[in-house]
Amino acid sequence: MDQFDPRARSDIYGARINRAPYAWRVRLVPYATIMLGSLVPTLFLADVMPNLPPCGFLMLLGWRMVRPGFLPLWAGAPLGAIDDLVSGQPFGSAILLWSLMMIAVELIETRFPWRDFWHDWSTAAVMLVIYWIATILVSGAPVTQEMFVAALPQVLMGVLLYPIVVRMVASLDRFRLARARRIA
Amino acid sequence: MAPPSSRRSGFSKKAQFSVFTGYLLAGAGALLGLALLSLSLWQPAAFAPLRGAASDIVAPAGGGGAAVRTGSQNLFASISGYFNAGRQNASLREEMEIARIRLAEAEAVNAENQRLKRLLGLRDDLVKPVAMARLVGSTATSTRRHAFLGAGFNQGVRAGMPVMSERGVIGRVLETGRSSARVLLLADSESVLPVRRAKDQVVAFAEGRGDGLLRIRLVNLGINPLKVGDLMVTSGAGGYYRPGVAVAVIRSVTPDGGIAQLVAEPSATNFVAVEPVHQPAAVKALAATGVGNEGAAPSPATPAPNSAAGGQ
Repeated sequence: MDQFDPRARSDIYGARINRAPYAWRVRLVPYATIMLGSLVPTLFLADVMPNLPPCGFLMLLGWRMVRPGFLPLWAGAPLGAIDDLVSGQPFGSAILLWSLMMIAVELIETRFPWRDFWHDWSTAAVMLVIYWIATILVSGAPVTQEMFVAALPQVLMGVLLYPIVVRMVASLDRFRLARARRIA
Repeated sequence: MAPPSSRRSGFSKKAQFSVFTGYLLAGAGALLGLALLSLSLWQPAAFAPLRGAASDIVAPAGGGGAAVRTGSQNLFASISGYFNAGRQNASLREEMEIARIRLAEAEAVNAENQRLKRLLGLRDDLVKPVAMARLVGSTATSTRRHAFLGAGFNQGVRAGMPVMSERGVIGRVLETGRSSARVLLLADSESVLPVRRAKDQVVAFAEGRGDGLLRIRLVNLGINPLKVGDLMVTSGAGGYYRPGVAVAVIRSVTPDGGIAQLVAEPSATNFVAVEPVHQPAAVKALAATGVGNEGAAPSPATPAPNSAAGGQ
């Protein structure tokens, strides 16, 4: 069979015979990439205004939407704690907001079991806007009107980036489940 | 897409309980977050050691990025110089810009000298920086403007120390890790800095607005003497900063002061200097007496306006 069509015994995750995915990839890739998402913005020097969307939050949303049921409902708390350590927000803000987001998305999913991409995108957009306003309010600094104006591009970028993030998460998911291990 | 069928609990008591436990744990996580959040809003320094350890891990990775950033800025400068009149043009322009700031600062020093002569016997020695380091990163998604510095407790950096670039004030150290520190930039809306106009003694506070500009609030209200283009320098009140360092240039005038643009943009710096606190004794005394009518004790995070006023 292989001689006629080399892809006959494989799917998007690779050859099916004699191969298995790595267990560490299956378990760790989502958590590792969400944490990396939290760390990425610290490498940029934003001296004037916030200029990057909340990358860690976007990654969490992406994994939640692409793989519903993979992340446990409480995953927002520990991942949020990592984000809080480097984000500049007071410690606890992401723990609270990410946990609430996970619960909210779960409730929305129970209410609308059959969803399409647009539904997911609008859910993510609403979550991003609420998260953005909430982070400004709990940032610990006096809230000024200019802050909202300055941070507007940030949330817009986040909403528009969501489809790209989801594509990225999907390819990470293929990497996660790739049958790269040869069974002896 | 419908959720996987394995997630529907159906009539299985076990599955129902596991769903319930999930909600319970998530709710507990949110409550824990709320408790930690209110704790850290109440006591901002509560989790400083944890954050310090995290920034120690992040900072080395940021070092490479900082080198690339300054390198690319130099590259752009030389390209633009080439288009105008060669590489020299770019460096000369930069030099002239700094010379202009220095000239305005010299005016400030002159005024300061005259004042000091009147006070007799007060003299400041030359300041030796505690450490020179790069700004290796920042909190780019938060509305707070913090930057990570590539030097920390081991290099002698302590909370409260002012951070300067060759152009002017960058901010001050908020908390330190072992080999990294967190700097509160001037643009942060919690940052308040006592300033005065370079050419005379018009004193004011420079507050961050959160969008990169500073709001200059005059201490003495009346006719607003500020004009567009005035350079504001540190007044030295409060004891943290040495007087006469460039801070901001007035961009537009408002009834109670003005809106000013930063002189030293953190992203345009290569290395920054961490300087010792200018008058540690004054800072300690003000912290001890807690001069305050606005309720807020002068914390190391902010040169509280009331403490600064006390120093005047």
